Amino acid sequence: MLTTKANIIARLQKDISPLQGYRSASKNSALDTGLGPIKYAFPNATFPIAAIHEFISTQTEDAAATKGFMSTILASLMRNNNASIWISNARNIFPPSLKGYDITPDKIIFIQLQKEKDILWVMEEALKCEGLAAVIAEIKELSFTDSRRLQLAVEKSQVTGFIIRNNPRSLNTTACVTRWKITALPAGLQENMPGVGFPHWNIELLKVRNGKPGNWHVACIAGQLKHTALPAVEVIPFEQKKKAG
Amino acid sequence: MSKRFMSIWFRHLKTDWFTRRQPALKTIPFVLAASDHGRLIVTAVNIPAQSEGIHTGITVADARALVPSLQVLDDQPELPGKLLQGIATYSIRYTPLIAVDPPDGLILDITGCAHLWKGEQIYLTTIANRFKYFGYDTRICIADTIGTAWAIARFAQDKTIVEHEQQTAALLPLPPGALRLEQETIERLEKLGLLTVSYFISMPRTALRRRFGKHILLRLDQALGHEPEAIIPVQPIEPYQERLPCLEPIATATGIEIALQRLLDALCKRLMQEEKGLRIALFKCYRVDGKIEQIDIGTNRPSHNAGHLFKLFENKINTIEPALGIELFTLDAQKVEALSPLQQKMWEQTGGLDNIHLAELLDRIAGKVGADCIHRYVPDEHYWPERSFKKAVSLNEPLQTTWKADRPRPIQLLSKPEPIQVTAPIPDYPPMSFRYKGVLHKIIKADGPERIEQEWWLQEGQHRDYYYVEDEAGQRYWLFRSGHYEAAYQWFIHGFFA
Repeated sequence: MLTTKANIIARLQKDISPLQGYRSASKNSALDTGLGPIKYAFPNATFPIAAIHEFISTQTEDAAATKGFMSTILASLMRNNNASIWISNARNIFPPSLKGYDITPDKIIFIQLQKEKDILWVMEEALKCEGLAAVIAEIKELSFTDSRRLQLAVEKSQVTGFIIRNNPRSLNTTACVTRWKITALPAGLQENMPGVGFPHWNIELLKVRNGKPGNWHVACIAGQLKHTALPAVEVIPFEQKKKAG
Repeated sequence: MSKRFMSIWFRHLKTDWFTRRQPALKTIPFVLAASDHGRLIVTAVNIPAQSEGIHTGITVADARALVPSLQVLDDQPELPGKLLQGIATYSIRYTPLIAVDPPDGLILDITGCAHLWKGEQIYLTTIANRFKYFGYDTRICIADTIGTAWAIARFAQDKTIVEHEQQTAALLPLPPGALRLEQETIERLEKLGLLTVSYFISMPRTALRRRFGKHILLRLDQALGHEPEAIIPVQPIEPYQERLPCLEPIATATGIEIALQRLLDALCKRLMQEEKGLRIALFKCYRVDGKIEQIDIGTNRPSHNAGHLFKLFENKINTIEPALGIELFTLDAQKVEALSPLQQKMWEQTGGLDNIHLAELLDRIAGKVGADCIHRYVPDEHYWPERSFKKAVSLNEPLQTTWKADRPRPIQLLSKPEPIQVTAPIPDYPPMSFRYKGVLHKIIKADGPERIEQEWWLQEGQHRDYYYVEDEAGQRYWLFRSGHYEAAYQWFIHGFFA
């Protein structure tokens, strides 16, 4: 009896997922985003492409870490020779550094716009364009309606969208499938070791639709993510943290 | 198909223009005068003055003796040229081939145009009425040759249309001046009593040549159609142009969209057949009041996709002011490039930067927000960080060099290094702490220095010693000291590592 119930729930879940903007795993199984254990946070243990991902950062340093983490995912999306579009209000990416993440920087079209309204327009148009690997936009505010429009655009074209929100005024509800927060961690090299070591990040998956939010510590070694042990006090689910705060 | 030409003679071009500007002059006799050898000579006469017996070439004093109330205005010698040019541009709505015929006429190649107005008579009346409405007194004639049309317009009072192959009969009763001859030849003909064309048209050609020169034979042949005569159009013909004249003036955005759609469909069909794609297109709307509204687009790649081109135009349609209405639309493909269907197939498959959808997307973005917002970066052979990449000129510009990834580089680079305050213990060692935007960062780990020298052939200045540092929170920065410790130096922050 119990198993049949579980089966029914699983089947229903499977039916609902596509309606919420998820594609079945079979189509994209070839894509390995190099996320390692993080992928188990997603439904079907697959990083959702053809969806909008939202990254939150509160300061410039976090924004840099966010772009670093995002670039590791972008590299795997761009591996099939497709181009990407990166929309921001100023050129703050240093194109040669992307090569370190195995991205060909000349395959990215950078678009610089001053008005957020224009950025959203360009992003929506770009997301409708088939054959792009990803569209990245740096904006501050994103309303629910706008995020819904973007989500509808990707569902047809299968393009992945990334939104980097630096220092947003409010963390409003959006239609994005995930919400991430990446912060830098000390590399934890031994005291007498020279140099700075590999970058370490604290990756918080604050929201994921139909998945399990979580918290991971990773090191980025030559553009590849490598998981490191979490410190003893960790994995406070997001909901609880909110209640506590 | 035989050619048909129309000659328009503006009988009082200059005075009509003055009347148009000052309607009060309509009933007053007035002349235009210019000084010649110290005398004021009448150069143009309006109709009331003409009826009083004033004609061009007499002095103003004589004219004043005839009509004491005569108004005399200054002549503008460059006026007719400008006026005719303007009128010719306006008249492109009737035919694409128009030439100015100085000093006071226009020649229109109307081959294949008249049937759009349901016949030559209606066509001619339409044009005559339009000029009459503007206040110009014209005389118009349609004939098989320019010479005949010119002659009939100026010298025959009653005739307006010379039927096909009827030019000889039409020319016979006209005076020799109708053949566009030199004044000297005309005088000599008249002196000999050859007062109409019929007197000498059947004379032996050798006799005519001996007495009056080759010119008379050429003009005769041109008028009769034995010798071709070319005109120089006011607007050169665009090889890829589509026209859409409208029966009723169009004044709504929907109407303009339909017109544009039709023109694009026709043009793209033609481009596709010729395996061409358009790069620059110009859409012109000729308004009823004589003004021309136009919008243009450019594409990144040659395209003959009507849907895509329409989208590019769509954003700009609302800038067109139809005013009272638009009676003619034209679409010119000003720049056309070869586009083979094979290539297009390949693009659709390969993706990447050759993706046709991407090119179309960038066209749309460029149309909406401007092409200067769109950048693509390619590597440049410089160690100086700001110069290690440059903007690519085009989407498919190949790389001249490879991207370097041998040294750690920050993912975010400040466009201009910002000065910081540091505490550094020993020369050439990384700083212990630094203050940036009011926050103190204690440096735990550091790597460096990496010295980058100025490229003296480009810029004078001090070298930079870069340090890759990590503070206690694990945040990573790219700092540099500009110059040696001994001399004046300054610390800067230049980037943020991921």
